[in-house]
Amino acid sequence: MTDDRKDAAALAAGIETVPELLAHALRIEEDAEERYLALADQMETHHNAAIARLFRWFAGHEAEHAREIRERMAGMALPEIKPWDFHWGDAESPESVDFTAVRYTMDTRAALGLALEAEARALAFFQRIVEVARDPEMRRWAEEFAAEEAEHVRLVRAEIAKLPPDDGQAVERAEDPDPPNEPL
Amino acid sequence: MNEHPAPKRKASDYKSEVKPVWCPGCGDYHVLLSLTRMLAASGTPPEQVAVISGIGCSSRIPAYTNCYGFHGVHGRSLALAAGLKVARPDLTVLVMSGDGDGFSIGGNHFLHACRRNIDITYVVMDNQVYGMTKGQPSPTTDPEWDSALAPGGTGIRPFQPLVIALASGANFVARAFSGQPNETARIIHEAVMHPGFSFVQVMSPCVTFRPEQAAWKDAVHPAPVEATDDPARAARRIMTDDGFNIGVLYRGDRPVFDPHSGAEPVPLSALERSFAL
Ligand SMILES: Cc1ncc(C[n+]2csc(CCOP(=O)(O)OP(=O)(O)O)c2C)c(N)n1
Ligand code: SF4
Repeated sequence: MTDDRKDAAALAAGIETVPELLAHALRIEEDAEERYLALADQMETHHNAAIARLFRWFAGHEAEHAREIRERMAGMALPEIKPWDFHWGDAESPESVDFTAVRYTMDTRAALGLALEAEARALAFFQRIVEVARDPEMRRWAEEFAAEEAEHVRLVRAEIAKLPPDDGQAVERAEDPDPPNEPL
Repeated sequence: MNEHPAPKRKASDYKSEVKPVWCPGCGDYHVLLSLTRMLAASGTPPEQVAVISGIGCSSRIPAYTNCYGFHGVHGRSLALAAGLKVARPDLTVLVMSGDGDGFSIGGNHFLHACRRNIDITYVVMDNQVYGMTKGQPSPTTDPEWDSALAPGGTGIRPFQPLVIALASGANFVARAFSGQPNETARIIHEAVMHPGFSFVQVMSPCVTFRPEQAAWKDAVHPAPVEATDDPARAARRIMTDDGFNIGVLYRGDRPVFDPHSGAEPVPLSALERSFAL
């Protein structure tokens, strides 16, 4: 879905006020949490416990970020925005992992790869706002969000770097007793 | 459906405790998301919505919402929904189906639901295959699709659901793509708000039996022209497009079916007398 969301950063330019920016930032984290929870459920249903745990861990982090944003905006009224009116066009909010990119046999490397793409999209989104914001307060908020996303990108990269070249699950994949797309 | 300003609802408020069993990667996850986001945006309380389906992977969707639901007999979702809407016009009735459920075994109901123009919304998650029964071709499968269960392809001309809907009298016709869940939510919302029978074909890839449908996300594009209110023009456009135009394609203004004709109901005893030998 990276390609589908290539315009998300460009569309971020349509955000013009601090409350609008905060509504977007909050929705990004809420959507990301919801997506990781859904993906964790999928992996549990399909008996991939390790990746279910990993997605649940990411969900917890996204929930924490959403909580922090709510705390920091203390009392500020946010605009009501319909899902289709957010400034990420037809696509989804930038930090949500693509539903269609997951497979029930996926390994840690693949899951972290998707998380990295998601964090990188969120970073690009806020960087774009930093570039185009005319209101200094809005730029300051966007810089903070971009710095946080940059830190997440760094952390996920560090986790990927820690993985052995093969994560040991390849054998399990090869031995999948019920491959779903086996031509008869 | 009326817009309900308060209380504020989230998409997750419309999800049930039941975890979907779809294959990870299935487009239907996105359709569920679009549905719940659309309902949250409208604010309609879950108990004022009925989600009706038939049989298939796609038709499992009512169990995953906490609205009223009915997972009915294969191909009969529209008949169920028509009865429900006539009996309870106050409910928002959404029918969620697949291309097998809706166009094979349910094809006849589809034609007559379009004709009747009852105020319901019909969303078909079209993956051009029978997913649940392991990959048989469906009416919308292209004739050359070569598979283990249809070696060399079916060679049969695909069913054109949008054109058939127009020819049969549907009052609103649109095409959406599951990979654009916010746009799909917007289109379904418009379909629900439009009076009469609204039909939305959602292209929803089956990653398991049609993995090549992953390419749909690069093929779809917004319909290049605004929706028309002329069914003939809409049909011509659809028959000559590349199959990937996304958006509302037709908005009609046919009168919505009203079960109350105004005539006095004939007492049963009078009917019985008229049939007496
Ligand atoms: C009366 C009857 N006939 C046949 C079946 C077998 N059957 C179950 S699902 C299905 C096709 C479903 O295809 P579709 O609606 O495209 O759903 P998908 O699984 O692809 O989402 C069939 C033929 C059945 N359940 N009942
Ligand atoms: S078989 Fe296909 S349609 Fe059914 S859940 Fe799996 S991916 Fe979805």
